[in-house]
This record gives sequence, C-alpha cells and structure tokens, in this order.
Amino acid sequence: MDILIALIPFLPLLGAALNGLVGARLPERVVGWLGSGTVLLSFLFSVYLFAHLHGGAEPIRTTLYTFLAVDSFHVDFAFLIDPLSVWMMLIVTGVGFPIHVYSIGYMHGDAGFWRFFAYLNLFIFSMLLLVMGDNLVMLFFGWEGVGLCSYLLIGFWYDNRAYGKAARKAFIMNRIGDLGLLLGLFLIFDIFDSFAYADIFSRLPVLRLDPAVLTIIGLLLFVGAIGKSAQIPLFTWLPDAMAGPTPVSALIHAATMVTAGIYLVARCHPIYSLAPTALEVVAFIGLLTSLVAGLIALCQNDIKKVLAYSTVSQLGLMFVALGMGAYAAAMFHVTTHAFFKALLFLGAGSVIHALGGEQDIRRMGGLRRALPVTYWTFLLATLAISGVPLLSGFFSKDEILANTFAGAGTGWWVLSALGGGLTALYMSRLLFVTFFGNFRGTEEQRAHLHESPRVMTIPLVVLAVLSVAGGLLNLPHLLHVPGAEWLAHFLSPSVGESRPAHLLSAQTEWLLMGAASLLALSAIAWAYWAYAVRQSVPKDEAALSRWERVLAGKFYFDEFYDWVIVRPVERLSQLLHYYADVWAIDGLVNGVGTAVQRIGVEFRRLQNGNIEYYLLGMVVGAVLLFLSLWL
Amino acid sequence: MLDVVKTVPIDYYLWLSCALFCIGVFGVLIRRNALVVLMCVELMLNAVNLLLAAFSTYLSDAQGQILVFFIMVVAAAEAAVGLGILVMIFRNTHTTDIYLLDKLRG
Repeated sequence: MDILIALIPFLPLLGAALNGLVGARLPERVVGWLGSGTVLLSFLFSVYLFAHLHGGAEPIRTTLYTFLAVDSFHVDFAFLIDPLSVWMMLIVTGVGFPIHVYSIGYMHGDAGFWRFFAYLNLFIFSMLLLVMGDNLVMLFFGWEGVGLCSYLLIGFWYDNRAYGKAARKAFIMNRIGDLGLLLGLFLIFDIFDSFAYADIFSRLPVLRLDPAVLTIIGLLLFVGAIGKSAQIPLFTWLPDAMAGPTPVSALIHAATMVTAGIYLVARCHPIYSLAPTALEVVAFIGLLTSLVAGLIALCQNDIKKVLAYSTVSQLGLMFVALGMGAYAAAMFHVTTHAFFKALLFLGAGSVIHALGGEQDIRRMGGLRRALPVTYWTFLLATLAISGVPLLSGFFSKDEILANTFAGAGTGWWVLSALGGGLTALYMSRLLFVTFFGNFRGTEEQRAHLHESPRVMTIPLVVLAVLSVAGGLLNLPHLLHVPGAEWLAHFLSPSVGESRPAHLLSAQTEWLLMGAASLLALSAIAWAYWAYAVRQSVPKDEAALSRWERVLAGKFYFDEFYDWVIVRPVERLSQLLHYYADVWAIDGLVNGVGTAVQRIGVEFRRLQNGNIEYYLLGMVVGAVLLFLSLWL
Repeated sequence: MLDVVKTVPIDYYLWLSCALFCIGVFGVLIRRNALVVLMCVELMLNAVNLLLAAFSTYLSDAQGQILVFFIMVVAAAEAAVGLGILVMIFRNTHTTDIYLLDKLRG
C-alpha cells in the first residue's frame, strides 16, 4: 500500500524526467503517451485508494523518510490519504488525464512537444505532493512546484516577449502570496511546534489560543490562497496567464492549480473555524472578486480572457462558500468547476486550433456547423457553469448560495446570486457570439475550418459527460433521493459536517433555488436575444461607453499597480543605481584600484634594476634591524 | 690544536671576523666586477665560518664546526653556479660589469 501511494506522485515525476531528459530524441507518439500514461496510472491508483477509503477504511499516513531533522524541527516526507486528499487526487489526475490526451493533438508538430509534456507531468507531480502531503512543508513544496510549472508553461513559447512577461508576472504575483503563506507557516510552527496536520489540529483545542492569533494565522494562509487562487488584489496574473498553450490554461489555470487555495483553506478548516474574523475576510474577498471578475468578463473579447475572468469569478464563489464554513460545498464546486472549466478551455482550444490561432470572438461566429462536437460540448459546459437546472453547476452553485443565505443573510445571497447571474450572462454571450450568427473571419480561415482530430474531441466528450452528470455527486438533501449529499458525507471526516444551509426550511431552499435558476435562465435568454437573434457583435474599443471602457480596461487594476508599485520601484531602482551603485560602491572599488596604481607608479622608481642599489637597501635594512634589537 | 686556537683571546676572533665581514659587504656594494663581487660574498661566508670555528672551540661544542662544513659545501655550490652564470653573462655581453646588468628594472 505504501508503495502504491508513493507511486501516485512519483509516476508523473518519472514521466517528466524521461520526457525531459530523452524526450527530444523520442517520437511524438511515445512522448505523448508516456506523459498521459503515467497520469492515467496515477489516476487508477487514486481510484483504488478512493475505493479503499470509501469502503470505510481509516485515513492512511505513510512516511517515506525524514525530510528534515534539526533539533526539535522535524519534517517527514509523508503522505496523508484521507477523503479530502483522495478527492483532490482524483480531480487532479482525473481531469489531468483527458487534458494530457488532448494535448497530444493540440501540441502536434510543436518543436517543444517533449518539453511541454515534461512540464505537464512535473505539474501533476507537484500538485499531487501539494494535496497528498501530510504536513504544511510538503504542501509548501508542492505549492512552489506548481508555481514553477505554471511559470514554465505560461512562458512556454518563450520567444514571444509578451508571453515571457506574462510568465514573470504570474510568478511574482504568486510570490507575494507565498510570502503570506510562508509567514503563516512560521507562525504555526512557532505556536504548535510542528508542521504535521495531525499535530496542529490535535493541539488546537488544548492550547486555548487567543482568537486574534488564529485570525492572524488564518489571514496569512489566506494571503497565500489569494495569490494562488487569483483573488483580489492579486488576481491580475491569471488573465495574463492565458499566454500559455490552451491545455495549460485548462489544466493549471482553471481546473487544478488555482484550486490549491481552496484546498489550503479547507484543509486548515479547524483553524478557520476558531477564527470567525478570518472567515469573514475570506468570504468578503471571495464575493468582491466574484463580482468584479464577472463584470470584467462581460466586456472581454478574447475567448480565453473571458474564461480566465470566469475562473477568477468562480473561485471567488468558492471562497464565499469557505467563508460561510461550508467547506464541502466549496469542494463540490471545485469538482464541478474542474469538469466544466477544463471542458470550456479545451473547447476554446479546439476553436483556436480550427481558426489557426485566432482568439478574438469578434472574428469568429457561426462555428457550430463547422465544429459540431466542439459546439455541443461547449454548449453543455456553458449551460453547466451558468447554473441551468439539473446540470452539475446548478447543484454546486445552489449549494453555495443556500449556505450563503443561511450563513450571512439576504444581502450576501443577493450579491452572490448576482455573481452567478453574471456568469450566465458572460458565458452565454461568449457561446452565442462564437458559435451563432455568421462567420466573421477571413476567407482563408473559412476555407480551413475543420473539426479537431479525435484525440482532441474524445476528451471533450468525456468532460462533457462529467459536466452534465457531476451534480449526481452531491444532490441536495431536499430531493430526498438515496445518495443525496454523498460528497459532503464522504468528505466529512476531513472537512467536518459544517453546513449552515441545514438550518433552512425546505420551502426557503426551493425558493432560493428557483430564484437563482430564473436569474440564470433569463440571463441566457437575454444573451440569446442579443447575440444570436439580433447578432450584435461586441463593439470596438473606440465605440465603448465610459462604463464599458472601465470594464474592458479591467477596472484599471494593472494600471493602478503600475502607477503605485511598479513605477515608484523603478524610479527608486534608478536612483539607487546612480547614487548607491555607480557613485558609492563602484566609486569605492574603482578608487581603491586607482590608489593602488598611483602608489605603484611611485614605488616603481625604487626598482631601477641596479643590483648594488638593492644590496645597499638590504644591508641598510639589516643594520637598522640589528640596531633596533640592540637598542 | 685546541690550545693553539685558545692561545688567541676570543675578542680577536670577533674583531677579525667582523672586519672580514665588513670588507665583504663593502666589496659587494662598491665593486663593479662581478667576479670580485662573488669573491666578496665568499669572504662574508668565511668570516662567519671563522667565528663559528672559534666559538665551537671555546665552548667545546663540535656542532659549530659541523655547521662550518655545511657552509663550505653550500659556498662551493654557490660559487660553481655563480661562476657558471658569470661565464654566460660574459659570453653574451662581453663584460662583467654589473652596473650594466639592469635589464630587469620595473
């Protein structure tokens, strides 16, 4: 069993090593199936572990070796297999595998094919370490690993300068968050004297800590989550991360890595449960992000940017759920979101593939006839994410909204539901503008329109099935069907039974559900009328009204950061360069050199090459020496 | 033999040795002929030898005289090497004037 558990992360690492070291000399087919196969094996092993745990087994803890041991500081390279980590492993490998297969088709012919698969496998390895780790150091290890892989993959086409900058931006934004996480870890070690989850959570009730301390810990960990999960104020890297190849956006920047922040908060829920202030902040940031990102997404015209802001907005909703203490609801939305967001990105990739790299939805349109499989799967994913009843997103979003209503009242519910409504609006806008109406691209693109190869469409179909049926994992309890709230029950050993919505009456829940569905359906209907019936095309930048311009300009977050942080730092660096570096430090070093040279010129005159002269010097010196001794 | 050495007071040895050494030093400093300079170096070495032999006898300790032999061996080697160099210098420059040998100045 231990070996099996260890193999789950190390198989992808092996794949990464093989592809990275000798992949350049292997044919594409071998590289692709090696990368995908290792993930598939990991997935199968995870399924086995899942079945084992689901059968009622206790969580498993295996220590491979002691990673660090300095005095009382002791960190094991250990894995914790409990419902939460198994569930994350299933998501990571289960969504990762179809995306790997899809990449075989999408990256076909790219010079960096082997490099791409090496990075993807390395990412899967890091993400698995993150979720399987038994302590916070392992989590941090994986946390940094996924950050690195994200950087490598965003800048995958590194000869494009803008892409390289996007990669750096993502890395730096993440580092800001990581600093918070790191400080949180230090504080935790200072207080609990251990990094292992089991130790921390068992000492938590015994120590009777000041809630203020727990709030600080919670907030510091949340800063890390803000960075990784792209929340306000650190969300600006995620839309830029779309510079990477589309499968990367699907895997890393939508389905798995960005949910690391959700996982962190859910994993540390015993701390958050004792720090209500921290939870309020989590919920507030989540709600704010979900609304802001939703508004921005309304006015974006890049197919991947819309999806990126949609991801930010959905992550915001997950944080709202976490903030309400409904950890299982957040994990449920993580799951369904992984299905339909991966599908949306892969569908977008298929569209981009068909149009030869075109990403602007204003130059698409009418693609449903040319790309039937992509269209149908994209349609299902859009309906699912919009919260159309009976699809997966409907159930997970309803769960979050019900908990918000129960936990924070009507005002919060209205705003969260509005976030959900915005999702429906911008997603259906994207769908109708892209796939309905007339084709607006060039004649050359029209001639080359083609459905993607089977290796790309089969993953789409698989994910579409999951997006439709994902709701079955956690049907609401008011349906009174067997297996209702199955996921919440399964996860309860890890994240607790906390679910504020249980306090609500059945009528209230039906009412909330109905209202949210109505909102989503009317948003879709409006978008259908505007973009499919009237076939209006998003306007050019020049024709935008002032408010639209603010939204299209992403609320000027980037400009604000540029003005407040980047420019002053640059100015300061220039000043330091001229005064501290060139003038003071260089001046000192060069001055020493010049002084030595000058002295050398003077002393050189002593070396006149005349032996007598040297000998005289020697004799005089010796005599002086003796005299000094004698005196 | 011991008595012969001891018939002369130690002071005399000191003065003689000192005089020889000074002659050697001044010879090295003043003379321009490399051959004479080498001879003056030998003179300085032998001044020390003389002193060593004298003290060795007065203190009844043979170690001083052993040292004398060492110095003589080293001096012989030095003279051989020095003369060899001198011959080469003369062949190349047709002079033994050390004032003209200042090619290595900085």
